[in-house]
Amino acid sequence: MDDARRPILSARGLVKRFGRVTALSGSDLELYAGEVLAVIGDNGAGKSSLIKCLSGAMVADEGEIELDDHVVHFKRPQDARAAGIETVYQTLAVSPALDIATNIFLGRERRRSGPIGSVLRVLDKSGMRRDAKKALDDLGIGTLQDITQAVETLSGGQRQAVAVARAAAFGSKVIILDEPTAALGVKESGQVLAMIRDLRERGMPVILISHNMPHVFEVADRIHIQRLGRRVAVVTPQSHSMSDAVAIMTGAAAA
Amino acid sequence: METQTASDDGAAGLVHTGGVLARIQHGLHRYPTISPLMVLFLSSIVFTIVGHGNFQKPSTIGIMLQQTAVLAAVAIGQTLIILTAGVDLSVGTAMILSHIVMAKLFIDQGMPTIIALLLGLVVGVVMGAFHGWDVTKIGLPPFIVTLGTFYIYQSLATLYIQGQTLFPKDADGETRNLLLWTGRNFKIGSMQITTGVILVLVMYIVFAFILSNTAWGQRVYATGDDREAARLAGIDTKRVLLSVYMVAGLLYGIGAWVQLGRSGSASTNAATDVNLESITAVVIGGTSLFGGRGRLWGTLVGALIVIVFRLGLKLAEVDVAYQNLTIGMLILVAVALDQWIRRVGK
Repeated sequence: MDDARRPILSARGLVKRFGRVTALSGSDLELYAGEVLAVIGDNGAGKSSLIKCLSGAMVADEGEIELDDHVVHFKRPQDARAAGIETVYQTLAVSPALDIATNIFLGRERRRSGPIGSVLRVLDKSGMRRDAKKALDDLGIGTLQDITQAVETLSGGQRQAVAVARAAAFGSKVIILDEPTAALGVKESGQVLAMIRDLRERGMPVILISHNMPHVFEVADRIHIQRLGRRVAVVTPQSHSMSDAVAIMTGAAAA
Repeated sequence: METQTASDDGAAGLVHTGGVLARIQHGLHRYPTISPLMVLFLSSIVFTIVGHGNFQKPSTIGIMLQQTAVLAAVAIGQTLIILTAGVDLSVGTAMILSHIVMAKLFIDQGMPTIIALLLGLVVGVVMGAFHGWDVTKIGLPPFIVTLGTFYIYQSLATLYIQGQTLFPKDADGETRNLLLWTGRNFKIGSMQITTGVILVLVMYIVFAFILSNTAWGQRVYATGDDREAARLAGIDTKRVLLSVYMVAGLLYGIGAWVQLGRSGSASTNAATDVNLESITAVVIGGTSLFGGRGRLWGTLVGALIVIVFRLGLKLAEVDVAYQNLTIGMLILVAVALDQWIRRVGK
């Protein structure tokens, strides 16, 4: 690695066991400001566990995580969010029956100003709708005309857009995307990749977990290769070809 | 390395331009109270025709509203729980235990009615908290928890008053006290309405507002819709569930108060139909048993439908056995309709 800067987010020696199964056996990770770091690995390599530890959805048995040079201990997703790490899960974590605006503000609803908000705890619905619309427009996905539409009436790509917009609207330090293109068609995948580039241009560091090598090589600055519960290599699209990366990932070639 | 292509529904965005059936499906999806309202409207017309001129009388309507009040009150609690994808089978016996506590404390312990009332409500909240604790801390299914408590409350109520019927009248035999306040009536034209009916209506206005305009309301929907998604979105779903069961318990207590006013007495066989009918009202009212979907006003319409069918069939001099037959069929139609509506965009 030629980057001598301090990472914005780093993990050291993360271990996670489930009974006799070891999902993470001392995994490291570094993410630098303004980069897209892809995390690749075969099924069972520990990608999901690694990401869940970083996003607070899971607590590692051992190891430590540093954000902005401070050790952090995330016990719940709320903790990571409060620290500025937003995650778009593969399942998207959106509520299908609720509308777009409600989903974007889910868990951090905004109340009206004055006693109506503080005493009667009434939501600022129009304000949230306006800002939800803005969050979508910012990502160049203003195609969703009706912000009060239930999320389940949207296509897969549109749902992904809602989840990414939510992360982008609130993420202040890091955005993690877990398999954002796995359920999407070619055109919709292209839109999501464009959103990722857009986030990078805004200076937002992104961790992208993906199975899809062409997508990874298209947008990633660096590629973290996970194998058997630990990081075995970090490569770049310039230094390695797709088949090199796959060979390392599967153990066919040494890192 | 395979490129994963989508098998996703590229046509979902076009659903609006689909056929008439798709439009209806979308309409009902957005406004789920439409179908129960239509059932209420159409059945009222039919019962007016076959009711020998008695169904549409203001006095009959007044009686129907009074009969609906207790059911509608506890059905708010049932709606909250079903919105979280749970169910409460103990609604009826919880309500009975609560109203017995209110009456007994006043009569035997000589407590002031306000204290007896508040303690009765506390009993409701404690029962709800117990359900919520079982569901969130021990992780038991709500169905099993409340099946158990259904029997427990029934038994406790029987042990507490030993089969008596309590009449919480004042010492002078009058019934002006607070426990019976919900039974006070006044006339609008020739329609007799009780304060209990008004109280329940106010409860609907308040809770419908809470559900759609507060963070708590939205979180109730989100928790029932997809609990894991809600958790990952940063919602403390256990806390939401616990609060839902406690609020429901409070509502059973208020239902108990309305029941005391309506019957003027407390006994273990009061309003036994309310138990299952609260679920019926919620389901007919368009709330999904799978959680996350439904409107509170639908439950009020559902409760009215249950009462309208019972009284309407009676006035039409149809054999009593047909009442349950038709209500049973309504439930099946409502659930089938819900399944169809839920397939929007799938």
